[in-house]
Amino acid sequence: MEQLFFVIFAGIALIGAVNLLLRRNPLYAALSLLTTMAALTGLYIMLKAYFIAVIQVIIYAGAIVVLFLFVIMLFNIRAVERQTDRRGYLKWLALPFAIILIGQFLYIVRLFEENPTPVGTEIGFTEAVGRKLFTAYLLPFELTSVLILAAIIGAVVLAQKE
Amino acid sequence: MVPMSWYLALGAVLFTIGAVSVIVKRDILSMLLAIELMLNSVNLTLVTFSSYFRELSGQILVFFVMVVAAAEAGVGLAIVVLLFRNRQTVDVDQASMLKL
Amino acid sequence: MDIALEAALKIAVILFIVLTFLAYLVLFERKILGWIQLRVGPNRVGPWGLLQPLADLLKFIAKEDVTPDTPNRVLFALAPALALVPPLMALAVIPFGSTIELFGRKIALQITDINVGLLYVFALGSLEVYGIILAGWSSNSKYSLLGGLRSAAQMISYELALTLSVAGVLIQAGTLSLSEIVHVQSGYYFGIIPRWHVFWYQPLGFIIFFIAAVAETNRVPFDLPEAESELVAGYHTEYSSIKFAMFFVGEYAAMFVVSALATTLFLGGWTGPGAERVPLLGVLYFSLKTGFFLFVYIWLRGTLPRFRYDQLMQFGWKVLVPMAFANIFISSALALWR
Repeated sequence: MEQLFFVIFAGIALIGAVNLLLRRNPLYAALSLLTTMAALTGLYIMLKAYFIAVIQVIIYAGAIVVLFLFVIMLFNIRAVERQTDRRGYLKWLALPFAIILIGQFLYIVRLFEENPTPVGTEIGFTEAVGRKLFTAYLLPFELTSVLILAAIIGAVVLAQKE
Repeated sequence: MVPMSWYLALGAVLFTIGAVSVIVKRDILSMLLAIELMLNSVNLTLVTFSSYFRELSGQILVFFVMVVAAAEAGVGLAIVVLLFRNRQTVDVDQASMLKL
Repeated sequence: MDIALEAALKIAVILFIVLTFLAYLVLFERKILGWIQLRVGPNRVGPWGLLQPLADLLKFIAKEDVTPDTPNRVLFALAPALALVPPLMALAVIPFGSTIELFGRKIALQITDINVGLLYVFALGSLEVYGIILAGWSSNSKYSLLGGLRSAAQMISYELALTLSVAGVLIQAGTLSLSEIVHVQSGYYFGIIPRWHVFWYQPLGFIIFFIAAVAETNRVPFDLPEAESELVAGYHTEYSSIKFAMFFVGEYAAMFVVSALATTLFLGGWTGPGAERVPLLGVLYFSLKTGFFLFVYIWLRGTLPRFRYDQLMQFGWKVLVPMAFANIFISSALALWR
């Protein structure tokens, strides 16, 4: 039963990712990414990472992809035309690159054929995540606020009209 | 119970597709989207390890990755808007010069 | 298998009741608007116009389904579904009452009580914008596109205030599960004032929540995405027949969910005198409180003019968000002090 769900979600995620690769129009690319993210949410729930699953929907689907769609629609950006192909030969290097990369990954994944023995007892409920975030990872958490502030200022300064 | 290697393999495949998309695509919006896909595949791997080892540090790291992704999307899209306003294109090959 | 059957039955019953209720909500909205404007309102179909929803439904089904010259037919057809499904899914975590005894087993009047209940509702709320923005784009019309873009900007802006306003409640209650938030609010202070969050420590949060919620559901005075005087009908200009009906029901379902959420978070949900002993009384209290919010929605529609776009953004970012931050600060200070 669980394996069936995994196959379904993984299939949807892969379809979305391949669609992202093949589509020229950025609007469809954004929607494909959204499909993949939705499938990943399902996988996170299967992995009992409930907080991460919900945050994934709120941040990625609810904010980031909407922002992309907003920019794409506001400027009515269509697919890039073909004649700008100045270094088109470079993209054929992507294929051997992909083969080498996936080979390396699968070589590493081979080490985890057996499921590992758990070292802790924690499950991704909100309370447990929050407790860890505000004790062991307090300094990095505070630093993210600096990062976000920098990003806000950067975005406002870049996008404002002179 | 699904074997852990299935999740890891899926993460690997998604990362590769994302990396190839960054290389193949020419418009900056699709490239940013492909980078988001790569970040997502890394998140999947982190959550998998975190869940199978029953240790939440991986999920905390995912939280930080999401913050970085949001900041990156905000600044990246601001740059896209600027590029589009100045050159009326989102083609990265058109933006290879350092001046307007 | 028993649990799955119980959940399926509960989903079927709650969907049936809520959808029927929404159909009559539309009738009552037209009646109340009529009274506010010294008219009678619909009174032709059935006694007191009570069969009007049925007539509306038949009319929606019988109309021709027009598809404009769209860049993508699939997205055009998918958009209304994306607007309708999230609010209906959000019903899954709303506690309609306590537990009842039926056929010798305890049944909670809530489809499922998940650990991240409140975040789940917000996650679905953040998906709500896709239906509107995709409808705006795939209609291939400038009015629709402007409506869609407006709504995207508006919903993202006000979602911030909405989420921040709830943080105060979370600090008070210490849980994300909606049924536990209701339990925290049961009982009385001084034997007379109920321990609802709206009275105790969260009145500011409640006001911010309700204003932001009206904006999230694109209702008057924040209905710029469908402003009929400038954008015809905004994102659903090109929609007709059953697809338009889905947008229509989606909007009312979102109103219902937001009202139910306000009831649960700030007005003590189903709690009230005698609700612990007689569960059906709890359902009645819940309906009355939710109905009050829905009435305020209609009241606002009959009273207020529409915001201008720049006023809307100013209000959201420069008034609501700072106030929400102040509310979080005050709530945290109170929580530390107690």
